[in-house]
Amino acid sequence: MADFEPKIVAFVCNWCTYAGADLTGTSRIKYASNVRIVRFPCTGRIDYMLLLKAFAEGADGIMVSGCHPNDCHYTSGNFHARRRWIMFRSLCDFMGIDTRRIKFSWVSAAEGAKWAEIVNTTVASIRELGPYNEYKLLANKPVKEVTNG
Amino acid sequence: MDDLRKRARELLEIRAVNVVIGYEQGTSGRKRAFFAEKPEDAEKLVFDSTCIQNLASYVTKREIRDKGKIAITATLPVMRSIIQLASEHQVDDNNLLVLGITSESRLIEFSNLAEMETFVHQYQIEIDARHREKLEKLEKMTPAERWKFWIDELTPCFKCYACRAACPMCYCQRCTVDFNQPQWIPVPSHQLGNLEWHIMRAVHLAGRCVDCDACYNACPLGIPLNLLTKKMVEDAKSHFGGYQPVLNGEHLMSTYKPDDKDNFIE
Repeated sequence: MADFEPKIVAFVCNWCTYAGADLTGTSRIKYASNVRIVRFPCTGRIDYMLLLKAFAEGADGIMVSGCHPNDCHYTSGNFHARRRWIMFRSLCDFMGIDTRRIKFSWVSAAEGAKWAEIVNTTVASIRELGPYNEYKLLANKPVKEVTNG
Repeated sequence: MDDLRKRARELLEIRAVNVVIGYEQGTSGRKRAFFAEKPEDAEKLVFDSTCIQNLASYVTKREIRDKGKIAITATLPVMRSIIQLASEHQVDDNNLLVLGITSESRLIEFSNLAEMETFVHQYQIEIDARHREKLEKLEKMTPAERWKFWIDELTPCFKCYACRAACPMCYCQRCTVDFNQPQWIPVPSHQLGNLEWHIMRAVHLAGRCVDCDACYNACPLGIPLNLLTKKMVEDAKSHFGGYQPVLNGEHLMSTYKPDDKDNFIE
């Protein structure tokens, strides 16, 4: 799997990580181009169903990132999100979904370098894990014909 | 349960309530939900350990609410469900009379929900030993084994949504799976959609499930889907402390603590 290029979807909040990723760019820090960034108003808006959809659509890895605790633009969005992530991640793990492929992080608007580093390490770890074939196989299975017999 | 029949008859005679929700003898030795609206209906009411359906799922139904004053036969899980529903503003304290049944099959009537809450809070929600063992067995497996276990279990699911219908907490007028713009979960029975449905159900019940097993009892295929909600109960307990439905107060998943502990966020 030498030529495997991981597809990674990053769900980030508008106020911190998106601005942080912007800073990475304006600071001319190079980082892996495998990541597709999706901008959300707040980490609290990142629905877990979107994460599942990303896997179903062929993502090999997912990043979720937003403001550090106490820094939420809406005061508490990231705190609520954290509770949900704790439960969701545990459930995914319990159902055998590879949680090593979902990277959660806090990246502030000033942490351009941290963003580059986290993307690079995530890409490297997903590259090592290989494509998420189990989920892709499931998602691409044709629907069995419905019979009335 | 002569007490129950007698009291139900009384309540209906004096028109203190318009309907008493209870159980009656069903087919194949099973008990089913029964709605007594006339005093003589009360004779049909039965109660024993096979009355496992969670009747709280009816109190949010429009057909029942429209009847006005309701009395409901409630075991401990049903009482917990009612408290949770009340805290979510789904039941009206003034329109609901709870005919509680203790674990010793004693009838205990509550004049209001606060009184019932005091009774319910004497008992903790505990996952029983048999299920705890099952959870631990799964937790000890490798992720690949767990994945196989769940895909095998969920593949036959044809999404009849009996689990949803049986659950008192699944009262949304329009469930996410009923939406088609966007179609979050594909309609046909498909492994992906089945997996997504069961994840969604468990997440929506996180912090709210009272562990009554109604979903599992309703499943025509016997899918152990209650293991997912039990896992959520265990997690909520271990991560966020106390797990008990309360009339007034925040739910575990609609609140937070600034120092909630996680071990995976960088």
